Amino acid sequence: MNLYVLLKRTFDTEEKISISGGRIQEDGAEFIINPYDEYAVEEAIQLRDEHGGEVTVITVGSDESEKQLRTALAMGADKAVLINSEEDLDEGDQYTTAKILTQYLKDKEVDLILAGNVAIDGGSGQVGPRVAEGLGIPYVTTITDIEVNGSDVSITRDVEGDSEKISTSLPLLVTCQQGLNEPRYPSLPGIMKAKKKPLEELELDDLDLEEADVASKTKTIDIFMPPEKAAGRVLEGDLSDQVKELAGLLRSEAKVI
Amino acid sequence: MAAKGGSFLIEEVEANAIFTPEDFSDEQKMIAKTTEEYVMGSVMPEVPYLEKHEFDRSVKLLQEAGELGLLAADVPEEYGGLNLDKVSSALIAEKMAVAGGFSISHGAHVGIGSLPIVLFGNEKQKETYLPDLADGTRFAAYALTEPGSGSDALGAKTTARLNEAGTHYVLNGEKQWITNSAFADVFTVYAKIDGEQFSAFIVEKGYPGVSTGAEEEKMGIKSSSTRTLILSDAEVPVENLLGEAGRGHVIAFNILNIGRYKLGVGTVGSAKRALDISLKYAAERKQFKTSIANFNLIKEKFGTMSSKLYAAESAIYRTVGYFEERMSALSEEEQKDGKAIAASIAEYAIECSLGKFFGSEVLDYIVDEGVQIHGGYGFMEEYEIARMYRDSRINRIFEGTNEINRLLVPGTFVKKAFKGELPLFEKAKELQGELMTLMPEEPGGELLAQEKMLVKNAKKIALLAAGLAVQKYGKGLEAEQEVLANIADLVNLVYAMESAVLRTEKAIAVSGEEKNKQKVLYTQIFCQEAFNEIEVHAKETLVAIESGDSLRMMMSVLRKLGRHTPINVIAKKREAADRLNESLKYVV
Repeated sequence: MNLYVLLKRTFDTEEKISISGGRIQEDGAEFIINPYDEYAVEEAIQLRDEHGGEVTVITVGSDESEKQLRTALAMGADKAVLINSEEDLDEGDQYTTAKILTQYLKDKEVDLILAGNVAIDGGSGQVGPRVAEGLGIPYVTTITDIEVNGSDVSITRDVEGDSEKISTSLPLLVTCQQGLNEPRYPSLPGIMKAKKKPLEELELDDLDLEEADVASKTKTIDIFMPPEKAAGRVLEGDLSDQVKELAGLLRSEAKVI
Repeated sequence: MAAKGGSFLIEEVEANAIFTPEDFSDEQKMIAKTTEEYVMGSVMPEVPYLEKHEFDRSVKLLQEAGELGLLAADVPEEYGGLNLDKVSSALIAEKMAVAGGFSISHGAHVGIGSLPIVLFGNEKQKETYLPDLADGTRFAAYALTEPGSGSDALGAKTTARLNEAGTHYVLNGEKQWITNSAFADVFTVYAKIDGEQFSAFIVEKGYPGVSTGAEEEKMGIKSSSTRTLILSDAEVPVENLLGEAGRGHVIAFNILNIGRYKLGVGTVGSAKRALDISLKYAAERKQFKTSIANFNLIKEKFGTMSSKLYAAESAIYRTVGYFEERMSALSEEEQKDGKAIAASIAEYAIECSLGKFFGSEVLDYIVDEGVQIHGGYGFMEEYEIARMYRDSRINRIFEGTNEINRLLVPGTFVKKAFKGELPLFEKAKELQGELMTLMPEEPGGELLAQEKMLVKNAKKIALLAAGLAVQKYGKGLEAEQEVLANIADLVNLVYAMESAVLRTEKAIAVSGEEKNKQKVLYTQIFCQEAFNEIEVHAKETLVAIESGDSLRMMMSVLRKLGRHTPINVIAKKREAADRLNESLKYVV
């Protein structure tokens, strides 16, 4: 089975975000594989171990993303592809990323593509479905279970807390939700082997893409932190007075009723 | 070639000549991360059970560590190991330390448990044991201490006697406080053949006459198993003699050096954890309607804790770098020869002892302040800092007490000098000649100029004190334990100050001043406070050694060497703490 994983490098979940000059400060921050993409890597490895084949992890990013690709290789992926867009593009959006990935994948023999449900930074959840659309293959989002039998695929997906069972077939793209699996830690022998696994680096040119082909369809107007939460208040006094005061505050201060 | 052990005291060292944590490779960072994830994800949830001596869980966790390769770092590839570089191996020890008593189980297995066979086993012994120890099929322990012999390891009473058939040694005695003894399969045991020849043996738990006593109730590291190993006419096959008969001390002392070295590395990991949880607690804890992290006395604590940690981390990884440099320079053949490896380790016996006592004392200081920052909650066992406080205490005792390790430092220097390995006496003489014409210096205005001057003068002060002590006491110096300990402290502070300065300098050369502000603050704070301590130790030492006119003269020399305009550490600590309070973790 030819398995492809779409992977993004994101801020470590423990990092504190700060904004300066309209940009999120990346200085000194720790970066990780987007946690949902980690489920995708793990699932791809398990499916490969069960059905044979090869796992290729792909990312669109800069030199910096090599570390996350190496981590996926250390977990057990076979090959990695880094599409380095740093020199060609100042910025991009979901359209940009999906377009580049589609271009790369369109002449590959693809059985199953796995992506994260969302990236924890942008949080759009669009890249996976857009790639499937571009390739003209079906997709299922937020999966929590997958079984492949020949070309038949049975999937359980998370629907806002409920489960939905779906039958479909390869080729297919899925996006992975928490609960699908427990991603493994890269083992030390895995880390040693990852050094020697192939990591191909491409630029837009290599994919016959021009800057204009992938230009963002959206514009970021402003980036700002959520307003700081004000301290809570404990109302005191007679219960009926408290209720009155609360209703008054909801009307006059919070303006929600 | 890597620097000679102890040479830092008499030579000027360049920033580029030392290894620093900024030099970790991506792969080394990945190994550290796997260890960290394993500890946080798999071990920490089990700690409450491990603390109650549920050692079946320790075994499962160690097996999982085996699957991840975390037991195989120091085992050669041909015996199922990974033969990792020494930096990776140190990072595993550092990250593992967060797991408290469990890290002692891990460390005892991979370190003092497995290494005697790795370094001193013959082909057959290595083949028999190492693959199982590297993958977690079997676990190892180390049995040296006895009720009557602790620091005096060679005073062991356990005996070994060859049986009449000449097939087995029959061992009798008791080995005390043996880590991992609840589940270990293989013990390195020291015993005296015919009550005389101190030797090491590989003893399996299944051999007739081998048993363990009751589980000890300890003050800390409760997550590790500690029992007595009882040898009662224990039958050990003759082929399980490790190394040569009567040469057990060579194994014991070399393994102790490694144990000290690894202990130092571990204290860095624990100290980081204690600082991190204290930062988070202080940010959350509100009194007088503000986070206690905003109070200047709490900031003072964070400033001191972090600068000490930075110095210890810099010094200990500098030593790690020396090991790595020396080991990777060994030929393939030498790498298979335990004696060549042991010689590389022995070369840095001084640095190993410094890392051991300095690391454990910095950690003890940090967990103590950590409890203080937690206030009453820090006294409650549901807070991690309480366990860390208890767990920390043993570090100043095992692997050679800090007192023994202090005594070893000047002792080893003098030995190296007599053997002609270090021109210590020549340098001391040179310095004494220089002293008459000594003029106090003014540091230049550039960054770290003052700190570099303090390091330079600290070296002179240490050398002066050591030189005078050797001159005055000669062979009797051994009995002057207070003076020896003071000299060890002087030497340690020199190594730590210099390591911090060089690390910061190296980092600035790579990524500029702006990105290394925090490192500069730590370095300035630590150097100032260390130098204050140096003056106290030196004064006490000179007063003990000299008297009359010569004392007055030496005191004036000390004043000249000590002359400097102190920096405002209060302001520097506030600044360092502000950055820590922002990131809520130890940052450099």
